[in-house]
Amino acid sequence: MTAMIEIDGLDVTFRVKGHEVQAVKGARFTVGEGESYGLVGESGSGKSTILRAICGLAPVTGGTIRIEGRPLGPRRDKAFASKVQMVFQDPYASLHPRHTLDRILSEPLAIHGIGEHDRRVVAALESVGLPASFRFRYPHQLSGGQRQRVAIARALMLEPEILLLDEPTSALDASVQAEVLNLLWDLREERGLTYLMVSHDLAVVDHMCDRMAVMEAGRIVETLERPDLLAGRFRHPYTRKLFEASLAAGG
Amino acid sequence: MSLLEVDDLHVRFPTETGMVEAVRGVSFSLGRERLGVVGESGSGKTITGRAILGLVRKPGQVRARRMLFDGIDLARLDERGMRRLRGQRMAMIMQDPKYSLNPVMRIGRQLTEGLRLRERMSPAEARRRALDALEAVKIRDPERVYDAYPHELSGGMGQRVMIAMMLIPGPDLLIADEPTSALDVTVQAEVLKILDDLVRERGMGLIFISHDLKLVSRFCDRVLVMYRGKVVEEIAADRLDQARHPYTRGLLNCLPRIGGPRGHLPVLERDPAWEEA
Ligand SMILES: Nc1ncnc2c1ncn2[C@@H]1O[C@H](COP(=O)(O)OP(=O)(O)OP(=O)(O)O)[C@@H](O)[C@H]1O
Ligand SMILES: Nc1ncnc2c1ncn2[C@@H]1O[C@H](COP(=O)(O)OP(=O)(O)O)[C@@H](O)[C@H]1O
Ligand SMILES: [Mg+2]
Ligand SMILES: [Mg+2]
Repeated sequence: MTAMIEIDGLDVTFRVKGHEVQAVKGARFTVGEGESYGLVGESGSGKSTILRAICGLAPVTGGTIRIEGRPLGPRRDKAFASKVQMVFQDPYASLHPRHTLDRILSEPLAIHGIGEHDRRVVAALESVGLPASFRFRYPHQLSGGQRQRVAIARALMLEPEILLLDEPTSALDASVQAEVLNLLWDLREERGLTYLMVSHDLAVVDHMCDRMAVMEAGRIVETLERPDLLAGRFRHPYTRKLFEASLAAGG
Repeated sequence: MSLLEVDDLHVRFPTETGMVEAVRGVSFSLGRERLGVVGESGSGKTITGRAILGLVRKPGQVRARRMLFDGIDLARLDERGMRRLRGQRMAMIMQDPKYSLNPVMRIGRQLTEGLRLRERMSPAEARRRALDALEAVKIRDPERVYDAYPHELSGGMGQRVMIAMMLIPGPDLLIADEPTSALDVTVQAEVLKILDDLVRERGMGLIFISHDLKLVSRFCDRVLVMYRGKVVEEIAADRLDQARHPYTRGLLNCLPRIGGPRGHLPVLERDPAWEEA
């Protein structure tokens, strides 16, 4: 299996008002081509920060991030954007409120000098199951699930190989969550995408991912394969707590 | 007497493309208990909560046969009276922390402002109360979060700060709108315990809005199921698995399970007849 993403001893440190917040401490894991890898863990444990660090949106203070074997420098260039795209945790904040879907979806094309704007926007809407008639709507005219589809469509505009998904369904109700997970499932099959997916919901990660890392307070405390989870083969007390609480919750 | 009585509540919004009937004749009463409200997105859960607190913005129109809070007729209260109730006796934890936290004010100041103004508490005491509240919602480093701006917090931390903020005044009625949707189950359990203690020990009435049926069935006493602005089913929480309404049943089937089958999850096939239920 070729390694698409390698996180090697990653540290992220925010500096605020003279003190330091070590949001990620020595994280290490590898995601293979076409694989879906899950990041689960406590709220505030650093999951979103790892995704943001990959995108160059968080202060990396140690370690290396490699994409297809090549270490990333301090800046992300255009080539990075056409290889790696992120879907953010907050579906309300991540789409520009005063831009139509047409504009939201065609912006990445314009930046990268890609033509055939009309055809590609319509195709993108279709690929996430939205009618072409939505093209000139604004985000506030969509339901939460439709907005999340648009965020996924936007991430796919440049035909990336890797999607970083930050809680892609936590703001959605059960029926819409199922629709979005099915969409992600199909896109992965059709396009051979690699997913790195954050979720606080163990059942969602178990459904989508074959391997996962469990985080607590900035550290990866355990990495698991899917059968380990089901069989209860884990060592760390936090994993056990999460697993037991998830089962009790009906997951 | 019940704490809250809502009789035939309607909320509508005139828009460019016609009238949106967001809430269409909702009635229920609430004692000092945990009432769950479930339903898919857009079914009117949030707007129902906002209407009770007088928080529906223009051009929205609110109409009800009766809305009584602890014997007070909410329809007759002016904006000042309403605001006074909201500050102290009724509170709502909003669905989206990013909207309810002021992005340019430190968390500590947002938490203590009410205490200093309304209760004339000393700054030191207000600070201590705020730090206690942050600790209660399992914030690991309350001192840092007290001094932080909202953008320095993770999704789940923002949600917990909101909860702390609403609990500080000790309300009699709390409407919690998806209060734990961004929290992992371990932290979620702690937050639910706080809410539960308030209901049991202080006799608070809780309206718990959620799209998570399993959560609501474990945590609440009674559940209202909303669909397109109406209550389509009311059921004892521990009997939710025996729900009759096809919408409620359909929702339960959509959830993934640890070790469950992979590939496509069942999705809900909506039926126009449900609206009439
Ligand atoms: N811009 C920032 N400035 C300072 N601290 C930050 C900033 N962004 C994140 N942090 C801190 O980094 C830590 C990890 O945050 P992160 O958003 O990665 O958590 P998370 O695991 O995604 O949590 P959740 O499940 O609640 O979203 C938190 O303690 C947070 O307060
Ligand atoms: N300001 C508004 N203008 C027009 N329609 C609105 C407004 N606010 C809410 N709605 C509509 O009211 C309905 C109920 O919304 P809401 O109560 O937020 O649903 P939910 O059950 O997801 O909380 C939705 O169809 C929504 O689009
Ligand atoms: Mg996060
Ligand atoms: Mg809502």
